[in-house]
Parts: sequence; C-alpha cells; structure tokens
Amino acid sequence: MADTNGARLPDEIRDAIDALRPRYPTEEALLLPALHLAQRHWDGWLPDEAIEAVAHELNLTPAKVYGVVTFYDLYHQKPVGRHRLRVCTNLSCALRGAEEVLASLKNHLQVDENEVTPDGKCSFVHFECLGACEQAPMMMVDDDYRGHLTPESVRQIVEELD
Amino acid sequence: MAYEPVLLRHVGHPEVRTVAGYRERGGYRGLEQALTMEPDEVIEAVKDSGLRGRGGAGFPAGLKWSFIPKETDQPKYLVCNADESEPGTYKDRILMEEDPQQLIEGCAICCYAVSANTCYIYIRGEYVEQAEILEEAIRDAYQAGVLGDSVMGKGFKLDMYVHRGAGAYICGEETGMLESLEGKRGQPRIKPPFPAVVGAFGCPTVINNVETLCNVPHILERGADWFKQIGTDERNTGPKLYCVSGHVERPGTYEYPIGATLNQIIEGCGGMWRGRQLKAFIPGGASAPMLPAEFADTPLDFDNLAKAGSMLGSAAVVVMDDQTDLVRSVYRLAKFFNHESCGQCTPCREGTNWAELVLKKIVAGNGKPGDDELILRICRNMGGTTLCPLADAAVGPLRSLVQNFPDEVRAWLDSDGALTPARQYFSEGVTV
Ligand SMILES: Cc1cc2nc3c(=O)[nH]c(=O)nc-3n(C[C@H](O)[C@H](O)[C@H](O)COP(=O)(O)O)c2cc1C
Repeated sequence: MADTNGARLPDEIRDAIDALRPRYPTEEALLLPALHLAQRHWDGWLPDEAIEAVAHELNLTPAKVYGVVTFYDLYHQKPVGRHRLRVCTNLSCALRGAEEVLASLKNHLQVDENEVTPDGKCSFVHFECLGACEQAPMMMVDDDYRGHLTPESVRQIVEELD
Repeated sequence: MAYEPVLLRHVGHPEVRTVAGYRERGGYRGLEQALTMEPDEVIEAVKDSGLRGRGGAGFPAGLKWSFIPKETDQPKYLVCNADESEPGTYKDRILMEEDPQQLIEGCAICCYAVSANTCYIYIRGEYVEQAEILEEAIRDAYQAGVLGDSVMGKGFKLDMYVHRGAGAYICGEETGMLESLEGKRGQPRIKPPFPAVVGAFGCPTVINNVETLCNVPHILERGADWFKQIGTDERNTGPKLYCVSGHVERPGTYEYPIGATLNQIIEGCGGMWRGRQLKAFIPGGASAPMLPAEFADTPLDFDNLAKAGSMLGSAAVVVMDDQTDLVRSVYRLAKFFNHESCGQCTPCREGTNWAELVLKKIVAGNGKPGDDELILRICRNMGGTTLCPLADAAVGPLRSLVQNFPDEVRAWLDSDGALTPARQYFSEGVTV
C-alpha cells in the first residue's frame, strides 16, 4: 500500500462512503463521490491531507487520486472563499452580457480569479456553460443558480452574502 | 395548430415528483404496459417508433438496445447520460426538475428491455439541486415498489443510483463517462469494443441521454404508430425539446414536434430580442456548424440539418442578432473546446489550442490575410483523426465561420486593429 502519510478521513465521511459501497462493483468507483464528500468537509477544497486520506480509504495510490483531482474543474487544490462564485461566460451568456458581469464582479471584489478576498468571504472564476442559458447571464453562488444578472445585480448579490 | 406537449406536460405540477402525484396525472402506464410484454417486444416497439438519440448523435435507440448480448452471465447496465455540458443545452435539467419520475420510468423500461438490473444516472456535478431532486424521487420510487427487488411486483429487480460528475465536458462523451463512473480521469476509450459489449465495469452497457429515455414511456403507453406521426418523416419522429438562448425575447426550453423551423421557434419565444434582425444561429449546441439566416425555414431535424451542413446535436438553438460579432462568438467557443479537450489525442490537444490562439490574435486586431485559410488547415488536421468526436465538434463552429461567413472574418483581417464599438462586446449595448 502506498504511503499516505497517516492521513485519515473523519468518521462521518467514512460512514457516508461505506453507505455508498453497495452501489458499485469496484472500490475505485467511489472515488468521485468520496472526493465530493471530502471537499465539502475541507471547506470547499482538497488539501494534500484530504487527497491522501481518500487514497488510503479506497486503497488507491495518492498519485492516482491526484490524477483524478486535476482532471475535473469542480475539485480545487487551493483554498477557496467561504462563497464560491462561478460566472458562466460561454456563448449564450456572453451574448447577453456575461463579460460585463464578470468585469463588474472582479472590480467589486478587487481580487483576481481563483484568489480569495482578504476577509475570506469570496472567490470567483469564469466558467464554461452551466446549463441555464434561459437565465443568461448567470452564475453559480455555491450550489445555487442565480440568473438574469446585470453588472449592478451581481454586486448586490455579493453584498447580501454573509 | 395546437400541439399538446408530451415531455413537458407536467411543467408547473410539482406534485409529479412523487410516484403518487405522477400516477395521479397518468404516469407509470408505460412501465405497466412494458412489464406485460416480453423484453424483446419492448425493444421492437422502440425500434418501430423511430426514436433517435437526443444526446447528439441521433442513433436509433431501439437498435442500440438490441446490441446488448442476450446470452451472457455478466451483469448489464444502463447509464443515463445527464452530463448535459454542450454549451447552450439545458433541456435535461428541465426534464429532471419538472418530471423526475418520467425519467425513472424511461430508465426502468430500458432496463427491463435489455435485462439490466442496475441503472446509474450520471449527472454533471454542477447540477446539485437536480441531483437532490432525483435522489428524492428515486427514494420515493423504491418506497412505492417501482424500484427494488420486484419492480411493480412483477419480479424484475432494478436498482437505480445517481452518480455526480465533477465538471468536465468530455464526460458527456459516452466512454469518457464510463471512465469517470469507474473513478478515473474521463478520457474516452478506443472503440470497438462498443459499450454494448464492453461498457461499465467491463460489462454490456446501454448509454442513453435523459431526453431519449423520457420519450420511452410514451411510446409504450400510446404506441409506436402514435409516436411516428409526430415529426417530419419516418426518420425524424417524436416530440423534441429545443433550448433557445441568445437574442430572443423569451429564451427557454420549448417542445415541438421534431422538425420545427427557426422562424417558428423564434416566434414562440416572443420574437427577436428588441426587434432586431437575425444574422446567424447555431441549431444544435456549440459543436453544430453555425448557419446564416437563410436557413430560418429549414426544419430542425436530424436529416434536414445534415443536408444544410449542420446538425441537430443537442438542439440547443443559439440565436444571434445583426449586431453580433461572429468571430468573437466563435473565439469564445474555441476557448471552450481548448479548455475541454482531454489532451489524450495530439491533433485535438494541439488543434484546439491553435484554433484559440489564431482567433485570439484576430480579435486583438492582429489578423493577417491568409488566417482564414489557416483556420481551415487546422480543421483539416483535427477532423476525423482522434479517438472521440470532440475534435470534430471543435471543427464545427470554426469551419462554418470561415465557410458560411467569409466576410465577417475578412472584415477582421482587414481591420488593422481598429475595433468598432460593436466589436468590443458580443452584441452592442447588451446590458443597456
Ligand atoms: C464531446 C462530447 C460530449 C458529449 N456530451 C453529451 C452530453 O452532455 N449529454 C449526452 O446525452 N450526450 C453527450 N454526448 C453524446 C454521447 O457520447 C452519446 O452519444 C449519447 O449519450 C448517447 O445517447 P443517445 O443515443 O440517447 O443520444 C457527447 C459526445 C461528445 C463527443
């Protein structure tokens, strides 16, 4: 078994993973669900400790788990804000003003993409199509969809977050 | 002509999320019907209906099911493709939100037809709320005896699980999706073997799109003949969801008999945005070649769009008005394909990158005569040279830009970097 530096998942995540085991014929198939659970526990990102703990739990090498983590856009290897904003900038949203919305958000937060505001409240990225083009331009605020944005409303939404 | 929606008939009736509420409004009759038939008869009915896949490729659903080997001891699987990441597409989201039992019913009928005892619904990771809606609906279906050890008490065993992706367009490609389901990087597999023979966990597997499966209960309940009389002709049958976005007054997911024209669809959306004129449209998501306004009367179905040099794809209709800069639009799509190329095949990894760089240079005002030819050369080197069709998808908008809208490109190449106000954004004054 590869060295995972003694990192372990907390019991409640191990229980949640165990509850999913009967769903799949292989242990490896639990990797994406396990990473989702771990990321939630580790405040929205996956520090090395989390990746190694998942590897240990599923009898996988850390290298294998890193390979998967780096492939997917929703797993993060750097700290994120308490609130994560993903602004769709693909064509359907761009046609309705997504670039201006993104510029307004960036201006308001005064940080670059993938950086966290000094108070730890927000981080943002531009994102590919989120599948809500009827609400264009739109973004995800944590797990929720917010649509029909304007440069003004996007600032308002940020202000209203705790 | 008043068309009664089929797939969207329960919109605005949230009570259908439970089995009881769905039954109340006539649901689960298709599954009841299927369970009185032999599995092969179910496959025949779906074949006979002419139902073609709604995920992009338009492959006949019944034919796909018939490829699942019958004489095998291996488990069989259905993986429902709810990855929905083709830019402009959001119909499967609506179907899952508005009528999750309809999808469960369609999946159950498919599983019965091919003797699969396990179904995974692979849903894109961003659809958190929709995954919860499905989980809840599935829990209720177990409780009501629609899922579990004996589906509707008829002795057929079926388990159904929601599996969340984690943000990767390529996981919508069916073999990339299987890799991802198995806990790997979502890199597509070499075919053959096809998933019908070697699919999920090495076993025979059907992969169908959400909308494809949502059609199935209606075919069983009302019959293939009823289904066939909806649509353009016998090769293009049934109801179809069109997801309209861009420059129309009321973007949304609209249901029509397959083969509605763009003009009809725009009218259904309350007309062009701010009364502007149509310049171009994409009929089937980012991968579908862009068409000029002359095609607004073409029936948007598989065969008529192929004839027009484009494709129905996911039926994501992106409407662009006369103020839209098409070069910038295609540049945005080129960025998307470059970001989403999984990197496995060199022509795609390199080609999508070069396409983005060349277009970036052009919209920065540094284009040169001959860059249009360069784009076509990139397309020639990418198309048909890779494991999966992502490279062909990336070629769609690029080639159509140069071939269908040569003047738009040339205007940029001759512009000496002088950007007109209309070009600073995608369309003039969008947020005014
Ligand atoms: C790059 C790429 C992305 C795709 N994305 C999706 C998708 O998000 N949803 C989908 O149903 N099909 C998608 N497909 C098509 C699938 O590979 C497959 O053809 C489809 O799920 C089969 O279902 P159907 O026959 O019911 O359409 C994609 C294909 C490619 C090449």
